[in-house]
Amino acid sequence: MKWMSKILSVCLVIMASTALGQTAEMADAFRAEGKIYVVVAIILIVLAGLITYLFMLDRKLSRLERGIQEKKQTNQERKAF
Amino acid sequence: MSKWLKFLAIAILVFVHTAGLLFDVPRLQILNETIRALYFHVPMWFGMFLLYGVSLYHAIRYLRRPDPVNDYKSVEYAHVGTAFGILGMLTGMLWANYTWGTFWHGDPKQNGSAIALLVYLAYFVLRGSIDNQEQKARLSAVYNIFAFAAIIPLIFIIPRLQDSLHPGSGGNPGFNAYDLDDRMRPIFYLAVIGWFLIGLWIANLRIRFRALHEMKLELSDEMDE
Repeated sequence: MKWMSKILSVCLVIMASTALGQTAEMADAFRAEGKIYVVVAIILIVLAGLITYLFMLDRKLSRLERGIQEKKQTNQERKAF
Repeated sequence: MSKWLKFLAIAILVFVHTAGLLFDVPRLQILNETIRALYFHVPMWFGMFLLYGVSLYHAIRYLRRPDPVNDYKSVEYAHVGTAFGILGMLTGMLWANYTWGTFWHGDPKQNGSAIALLVYLAYFVLRGSIDNQEQKARLSAVYNIFAFAAIIPLIFIIPRLQDSLHPGSGGNPGFNAYDLDDRMRPIFYLAVIGWFLIGLWIANLRIRFRALHEMKLELSDEMDE
């Protein structure tokens, strides 16, 4: 009986150590199927869209700034006359 | 803001969003794939802190030289910083729900950052409650210094002195081996730089809009004369 319990305890130790060494579950299958690229593509499209939006706002402001500068200049010239 | 910096920010963010989802990360229990949220959640807080820092810089400049330009630069940086902070809070709550079990855990870091955000919301309330432009600018610049000084203990010191589920607490360094290994570090820091640059860009647009608004007010004053 003694040797049986010895073997059992060794087995338990081995099982415990492998359980500790086991790595956490990750989305490996999802990656293997290549579906992760769909997620990456979608996120990049959203990012690109938002950044394009920022560029458009930027251009709009620049145009307005230029317009006001020109208007100011013509006003000054008119005053000088 | 120079075009070069904008394109740098875009290149960095495209890389971060691709590498953040595709590159290898440590395989950890409980966290699993959500460890990747580090690339997107933490840069929001870093971005907030850096933007509040820029806001503080302009507040101090205003106190040294009371030019209204310094005042509205200070406000706009704080504004974008607060937007980043709110995003950091929402992403953190969602992440907490999956790793800690609830959206709001009463964790010292969560409470501290909520108070920090409220301190900055009070900054905007203070500004809204004063009509006189000069008084508003001066008082809010002084308040800005106190608000920034309050964030440091609220987010960086107090949570570290207490036990908390949040990394970087209970005496642990923020970036210890278990939550940020060498594979994650470069992507994380690039994400911080990229989002900070985007924050600066948005603030820049808001400042230019504010300048145009002031110019319009000036012009209508001239018309009245």
